[in-house]
Amino acid sequence: MGVLVDRYFLIASTVCFLVAITHTMLEMRGAIFRPMRFNFFAVGLGFIFQTAFLSVRGHELGRCPITNLFEVIVFVAWSVALFYMLIGPAYRLSLMGAFTAPLVVLLQLVALIAPIDRRHSVKLPPNSWLEFHASISLVAYGAFALACIAGVMYLVQERQLKTHHLHSIFYHLPPLSDLFAAITRLLWWGFALYTLGLVSGFFVGEPLPWAQITCAVGVWILYGLILQGRHLRWFAPKRVAALCIIGFSAALTLLWGITFTAQTHTP
Amino acid sequence: MNLFCVGLSHHNADVETRENFAGHAETDRVLRNCGCNEALLLSTCNRVEVYAAAENFVPTEQIARCLARTHAVEVDGRAETFYRYEAADCVRHLFRVASGLDSMVVGETEILGQAKKAYEAARITNAAGRYLHRLFQRAFRVAKQVRTHTEITRGAVSVGSVAVDLAQKIFGDLRDCKVLVLGAGETSERTVRALVSRGVADLRVSNRSRERAETLALTVNGRAVAFEQWSEQCGEIDILITSTSSDIPLLTQAKLAPLLRQRIDRPLFIIDIAVPRDVAPDVNALDGVYLYDIDSLQTIAEQSLATRRAQIAAAEEIISRHVAEFDELISRGSNYPPNASEHPTVGESSLRPSEL
Repeated sequence: MGVLVDRYFLIASTVCFLVAITHTMLEMRGAIFRPMRFNFFAVGLGFIFQTAFLSVRGHELGRCPITNLFEVIVFVAWSVALFYMLIGPAYRLSLMGAFTAPLVVLLQLVALIAPIDRRHSVKLPPNSWLEFHASISLVAYGAFALACIAGVMYLVQERQLKTHHLHSIFYHLPPLSDLFAAITRLLWWGFALYTLGLVSGFFVGEPLPWAQITCAVGVWILYGLILQGRHLRWFAPKRVAALCIIGFSAALTLLWGITFTAQTHTP
Repeated sequence: MNLFCVGLSHHNADVETRENFAGHAETDRVLRNCGCNEALLLSTCNRVEVYAAAENFVPTEQIARCLARTHAVEVDGRAETFYRYEAADCVRHLFRVASGLDSMVVGETEILGQAKKAYEAARITNAAGRYLHRLFQRAFRVAKQVRTHTEITRGAVSVGSVAVDLAQKIFGDLRDCKVLVLGAGETSERTVRALVSRGVADLRVSNRSRERAETLALTVNGRAVAFEQWSEQCGEIDILITSTSSDIPLLTQAKLAPLLRQRIDRPLFIIDIAVPRDVAPDVNALDGVYLYDIDSLQTIAEQSLATRRAQIAAAEEIISRHVAEFDELISRGSNYPPNASEHPTVGESSLRPSEL
């Protein structure tokens, strides 16, 4: 096993997600949009390969494989697929696979193509609190990503209802109320996990860079405001859906910032 | 054994002719007496068809005689009104009928349930034997496959059902939806009934004539609301159906916007069936408001119908494959069940009882 083998797993996983996208596009072209079961299996297989990648990498590093930007991006993609597998069938949002796959492919292609897989010159010592803090925060990103995807689905469906132009996908997307309920639940899940990750950061036993703490608290405040706005009815559902997309884009940018500063502070 | 179908449908006969040849309680027995080894009568509002298997040729006129409701019905010279399909053509016809391709509204699914009932009735009386058993079981499979692999049943094709479909796409479960009906017209009543059939329980009716409002409220199990109070209801309700004869719009953006501030997280679906319209078109620009007038509902219904028609070729392809397979099965004389009593019921076979 080694560097090449784990990348093969990642490539295989990306291919699975690409197959799901291709299948969806072919079905849409044929005006027969029924990607639910196929996409679930394709994404499931992709998830297995992602897990294999993380497992091989983890064994090699002797710790949770989130030591550089490359691994962090793959871990986020894995969290997205994990949440899709858990949430999709439970909330009858299996069509989410058609929307999840492009995001995962985008993340994994960036990880595979960009020269960001820089190994640390010194093997990092295990720190269970630090690993818990980082991994749980990234799993929360998975929930935020799914909320973003549900937000896209909501806006697509809302637009069709508003303009009276109903496309093939309209009949397969869930009702607005179901999508909004899913967005709310995913935001709560993400916020709870992220809070847990943030709090656990105080127990890592080593000083964290201020920039990193500021970015992390910034993401927490951002999602806190979206949830507060939703709870107090400041925002209409359409605004909440749009904010989920803006929020996740901002969170991804801040994640890059956090990882970048973390890398510059480790050997 | 000759497999054939003789019948009348909305394509070639008016309702009076179909009524006259709709069959009667003894049709199965009479058909067997006139030379059919197996016979099944499919009688619906749009068609009367006999599917039969016989050792010898049974003339169409003889089948027509069996189908005549009374002795008073003139049969002589009317055999040419009936269509007749033999062997593979008969198989193809049944597959098309069961799949909804031969229906007045392409892709409607009611016919499948009616075919299953007819088959079940013939199975119980032993009127359907090994040929018809195989034929109908295959027809049900084909219909299911056509429904799954094409979009032949997609979308609603009437104004009322389009409105209900849209409501479900906005609210999901309609049981908790509050509906206000403004104006007591016929189309609005039909739409309300369609909503009630999907679980709507909270219905309010408002009309200039209190008496008419109360009458409709009583019919749909709702409650009447004074016409002066209908706009206040907009803060509470989820669906508004309007069909008044007002010459000017009753609901405008300026009137509705303040009411929506109380319900920012709940959508409002407005179905404006009135001509001239009761709701100003710019109301649709408000956040969370989905306004559909009669034209937009009709356009969606027509689009659905066009989509269904576009799927006919794909459905015919599936049917052709099954016709060829079935033809081969018959010509091979493969293992049929030894007697009719061993035929599975619709519930025992691969078909779900709910499909009845």
